[in-house]
Amino acid sequence: MSQVAIKNLDITFGSNRVIQNLDLQIEPGEFLVLLGASGCGKSTLLNAVAGLTDVAGGQIWIGENNVTWAEPKDRGIGMVFQSYALYPRMTVEQNMSFGLEMARHPKAEIRERVARAASMLQLKPLMQRRPAELSGGQRQRVAIGRALVRDADVYLFDEPLSNLDAKLRTELRVELKKLHAELGATMIYVTHDQVEALTLANRIAVMQGGVIQQLASPDEIYRRPVNRFVAGFVGSPGMNFIEGELQLRDGKVDLKTARGNLDVTRYPFAERPEDGRKVTLGLRPEHLQPEPEEGWCPASLTVSVYESMGADALLCGELSGATVSVKLPSDWSPIPPAGARVTMWYDASKVSIFDAVTESRL
Amino acid sequence: MSSRPLFPAHAEGPRPARLNLGRLALYLCLIAAAAAFLFPLWVMVTTSLKDMEAVRSGSIFGWPAQPSLEAWKSAWTSACTGLTCEGLRGGFVNSLLILVPSVALPVALGAVTGYALSFWRPRGGKLLFGGLLIGLFIPYQVFIYPLVRILSSVGLYGNIGGIVAVHTIFAMPIMLLLFRNYYASLPMDLFKAARIDGGGFWTIFRRVVLPMSAPIIVVAVILQVTGVWNDFLFGLIFAGSDNLPMTVQLNNIVNSARGAQEYNVQMAATILTALVPLIVYFFSGRWFVRGIAAGAVKG
Ligand SMILES: Nc1ncnc2c1ncn2[C@@H]1O[C@H](COP(=O)(O)OP(=O)(O)OP(=O)(O)O)[C@@H](O)[C@H]1O
Ligand SMILES: [Mg+2]
Repeated sequence: MSQVAIKNLDITFGSNRVIQNLDLQIEPGEFLVLLGASGCGKSTLLNAVAGLTDVAGGQIWIGENNVTWAEPKDRGIGMVFQSYALYPRMTVEQNMSFGLEMARHPKAEIRERVARAASMLQLKPLMQRRPAELSGGQRQRVAIGRALVRDADVYLFDEPLSNLDAKLRTELRVELKKLHAELGATMIYVTHDQVEALTLANRIAVMQGGVIQQLASPDEIYRRPVNRFVAGFVGSPGMNFIEGELQLRDGKVDLKTARGNLDVTRYPFAERPEDGRKVTLGLRPEHLQPEPEEGWCPASLTVSVYESMGADALLCGELSGATVSVKLPSDWSPIPPAGARVTMWYDASKVSIFDAVTESRL
Repeated sequence: MSSRPLFPAHAEGPRPARLNLGRLALYLCLIAAAAAFLFPLWVMVTTSLKDMEAVRSGSIFGWPAQPSLEAWKSAWTSACTGLTCEGLRGGFVNSLLILVPSVALPVALGAVTGYALSFWRPRGGKLLFGGLLIGLFIPYQVFIYPLVRILSSVGLYGNIGGIVAVHTIFAMPIMLLLFRNYYASLPMDLFKAARIDGGGFWTIFRRVVLPMSAPIIVVAVILQVTGVWNDFLFGLIFAGSDNLPMTVQLNNIVNSARGAQEYNVQMAATILTALVPLIVYFFSGRWFVRGIAAGAVKG
């Protein structure tokens, strides 16, 4: 169990600055999830922590040690690669024992540890196979197993569950969570999967273009995204954005759009709202509901498409000049026909409002 | 809707074999090409099995009336290869003594250097690689005189060590090209995983990289075996008169000016000399093709 501290990290490939001035402090035993679009530098950051990429500037500390220039094997890390990176000429068992063998652990202990990881990851029947004889999901489990058998202080996971089927993914997700509780090790975990990020993380770091946009608890990230990028990136289906400008009249604050006004008086503005400021209103699909509660405000929706998604349904349409989606319980009826106008209700204290130019939260 | 049966019986089973015009032409071409290559071999084999009487009197294509291995025995044990008349035996042994280190050394060096350049990326590695590649395009005749002077100054001129050194030096560019390109096609993450697992330079090479190198090693060995075995010029210049390889001795047999030309012995000697590359190709052709393909396509 060690903390990981990254200060002023810069990584460049040629003239391409992939990580810029990045600061990140990960507490001992924390589960940190890195979330971000493809190509934003998540794998590069993991590689830097592992010592597999040379850094152009900055420092990396693991526990009490400055590891900025340390060899990968001396950093006390285990890593699962996005591409599995299993040794093709070794069996599953040899793949998992290799690291322990290199660290000169006694044979019996190696066997025992490998067996434990194998049974946890349901790899027992595959131990004597070569990687080429495994399915994608099985390979991924071996890659996880290979990282877990080493007792590292920090585990780095690069999209370790991306190739599994939905059921196994859920199972392993729970398994990883239990494992984290059991080992108490620090974990840095890259994923594209929102559910994984929101369920596993103590804190989530949302990255864009090599810069961390927001580092906070999953709840905070979901409820109070600091800017429009984070708001749009987290959540599925994505947040609805409605453009407009603020209008202050008689102690009321409205969002004035091309098609009518939306009341946002109850929104907890961080600073006093100014009249005429151009802003973007962010409404999550579940923030719009057909039945009002105390203090909610109405909005008129022109329905275009209704989609059932199992447990819930998605109603798409036009609201104040923007295309929006609304999440409803699937048993909600009657289903409105296309072109119908229905009134939806929202709680203005739960929405997000961003400056239209700087895109940061107001 | 017609009353055609849904699954007619004649449309069942594996695709029927067909011999169309295109196929026929293809086979004819292949047979012609094979014949063109096999024809000289046929003449050589039949001639080597005749005695000189039959060679002079009969047609060169005919199978001998009384085939005998006399010419082969003579080529192996008693044909004159210059001043001595002890056949090709000595040359065969010399060629083997030259061959083994001249194959093992460049292949091993090429594998290690290619591995270091591809995975460890040392500073200046690209420069080294570029320099060696330029070496590939300079005709080696240019180097011969300077090499003779250099090797003789370090006592490596006119002995096995000298000829092995020459073969190794001239093989390095192509060996490095083969191995570096093959390793460059392997995923870098594999190497990174091994680094995290705690492998050092040699451990990663031995345990991870080498076991994946079989296809490219086969290609390198075949190239080098045939190259070294068929070499004439370097052997003649650098090996010294006691270590002349088989090719040089064969030349002496075939070009001997004294006495009558013993065609049957010459044919037998030629086949004997060509036997090693022939066997190598025969047994490794499949591997060779596979190895070349493995370098080009991943997975
Ligand atoms: N070895 C390299 N040389 C040059 N550029 C690189 C190299 N590795 C990565 N990059 C670039 O750095 C950027 C970040 O890459 P990285 O692999 O970290 O993305 P990522 O966030 O992991 O994306 P993904 O989610 O698709 O895995 C990309 O634009 C990529 O093109
Ligand atoms: Mg990645």
